[in-house]
Formats: sequence, structure tokens, C-alpha cells
Amino acid sequence: MFVLIVGAGRLGSSIAKSALASGHQVSVLDLDPLSHERLDAGQSKSWEDSGGQFTVGTALETEALIQAGIERADVFIASTAGDNTNLVIAQIAQKRFNVEKAIVRVMDPARAEWYGQQGLQTICPTKIAIEMFERTLAPAPVEA
Amino acid sequence: MYAIIAGAGKVGRNLARELISKEHEVTLIESSRVTYLANEDEFEHNLQYGDATELWVLERAGIQRADLVIAVTGDDEDNILVCQVAKEKYLCDRIIARVNNPRNHDHFKLLGIQPAVSATDLILRLIEHEVPRYGLVHLLALEEERLEIIELEVTPDAPTVGEKVVDIQLPEGSLIISVLRGGAGFVPKADTVIEAGDEVLLVLDPGLEESMTAYFAPNGHAAAF
Repeated sequence: MFVLIVGAGRLGSSIAKSALASGHQVSVLDLDPLSHERLDAGQSKSWEDSGGQFTVGTALETEALIQAGIERADVFIASTAGDNTNLVIAQIAQKRFNVEKAIVRVMDPARAEWYGQQGLQTICPTKIAIEMFERTLAPAPVEA
Repeated sequence: MYAIIAGAGKVGRNLARELISKEHEVTLIESSRVTYLANEDEFEHNLQYGDATELWVLERAGIQRADLVIAVTGDDEDNILVCQVAKEKYLCDRIIARVNNPRNHDHFKLLGIQPAVSATDLILRLIEHEVPRYGLVHLLALEEERLEIIELEVTPDAPTVGEKVVDIQLPEGSLIISVLRGGAGFVPKADTVIEAGDEVLLVLDPGLEESMTAYFAPNGHAAAF
């Protein structure tokens, strides 16, 4: 599969590395050229030598998305630091470029839930953390 | 009318002042603490602090009963989000979004955020109007209503020069609505005779602009498109 990841922060770069290691074709787009260092960190070879692709640009620039290979992407992952940016670019990937699977990181649980109902696959780290904390604080009563 | 305005920058504040002076109810939402504090004295209860892309902030502002939501923050993604949520989640009838970067205009369109207003585009339109290099000036496009209004300067070699409006056979879906002559505009009657140098305003179904030059500015054709 061809996976396009926008936003090479902690989340994006980790997914990029594991997707590449599992044999997928992976392209990463980030507006900060230095974010490339995260892709190289802890690896024996550089990102490109391992077969990865890296493009500098913002995800709202159509040309940058095309350069990063959105037209042949099977999976689009929006993992920039901005919820709204992620939600907008994932919809662009779906509606303009017909990418089959668009996955969006959304920190705000409310927006994640609503956009999830609108046909985007949203992942909300905040909600996951809340649930984990809740489980830790109030363990479910043992079933009789 | 109740209007919610996201973004209390220069655009948002002036819109709010204008609407308040016309006795509309207005809530401005501003996410920068500094901007909020700087304008709290003037706008009092009309200004709320918060991120308008958060659903609870919109709900606190009463989005369920808003007649109009205007998103004029400096961030295009935020403006898209506010309008999309207003329209699709809270079923607000009227939205208006500001486009900061004209290159993002297509994204607003793609996601159904209309009308989307870009200052750069407006200034470009004004330049076109002041410097009518192309002969044809696009005045207004009513996308929802699927109508356009264009302006054309009639060239001396146009087949319509000397013709009465009633005798000009324009295509279906086009109509002359106004003539500007010698600095004054008037609504033409059936017996109005078109003269070279007139500026005609036409209302059209979309896609007819190109065919209009043949009637009013045949040699402007190549330059126009």
C-alpha cells in the first residue's frame, strides 16, 4: 500500500517508520525540513536509503500534496499539530483526490466524535488517555 | 437577526460594530487572550473568549439559534471548520467565510463553504474594473442561484451597435440589465439603441460569458479569454 502521512511529529514519524518497516510505500509531508531528523532517529540507514519519501510543504498546498504522491495514495494520515488542519486536509484527500482511507488525528474529543459520524476515520488520543485514566482510577466492579 | 462572528480582529470588530449599530444581536468569539482583553471594554457582553472551533464554545454562544455565522479569523482551516460545523451540525442557514490565502479558495468551495470572501480577490476585481484590459469584467457570481453578472464595453465593430435592445437576439439565459453611457447608468427599454462605447451589464446563466463578446466586443474575444 502507498501511505501518505502529513505531519512528521512524534505520532506521524513513528507511524511512518513502522509502516515502512512493514513493507508499505511511505511518503511523508511536513512544512519543517528539520522534521526529517525524526524519521532518521534511531535508524541504521537514512529515511530515503530505507526507501521512504519526504517532501517539504504545507498540506493545504495542492501542489505539495501532489508532489508527495497523493494521487496514488491508498491511505492518507493527517497527523499535524492542528486539529482543524487535519480535518480539512483529510476531507480534501477524500473529496478531491478520492483517497480510499483517510485517518485523522483529532485531539479534541468533541470534534473527533462529530467528524467521525460524518465519514472520517478519527483517532482521538485525548479520549484514549481519558479512558485509560478512568479505568485506572475507578476499576470496574468484579462481576459476580 | 442573531449573528456569531468568529475572530475579533479588525474585520470581525468592524463587522460587529456595523451589525450592532443596525440593532442586530452579535456575539464575537476571540481565542487570543490579549485581543480579548483589549476589546472587552468596548464590546462587553458581545465578546466572548474562546476557540470558536470548539463545539462547546459555539454552543455557549448560542449557535443553535444563530441566523448567521461569519468566520473571519486569520486561519483558513479554522474558518472552514467553524462554517462547516455551523452549517452541517447546527443547521445554520447562512454562513460567510473569509479566505486569507486566495490559493485556499478551492478548498472552501470543495467543502461547500460558500460564500467565501477573499480580500485579495476583491482587490483583483477592483483592478479589473479600473483597468478593463480584458474588455469583460466579472462583476458578481451568485453561485447558489447559478447566475452571473458581467460588464462589457461595446466596441465600434460590434454587430449590436445601432440596434434597438428589442431587436438584439441574445441567447436564452442572458439579459441586458443596465447600460452605462457617458458616466451615467440606466435600465434600457425596448427601444434603447446600443452605441459604441456603452458599457452593458448583463445577467447570465453560468457559462454564457464567452458567447457574449461576439455580440458586444467581437475583437475583444481573444484578449478576454
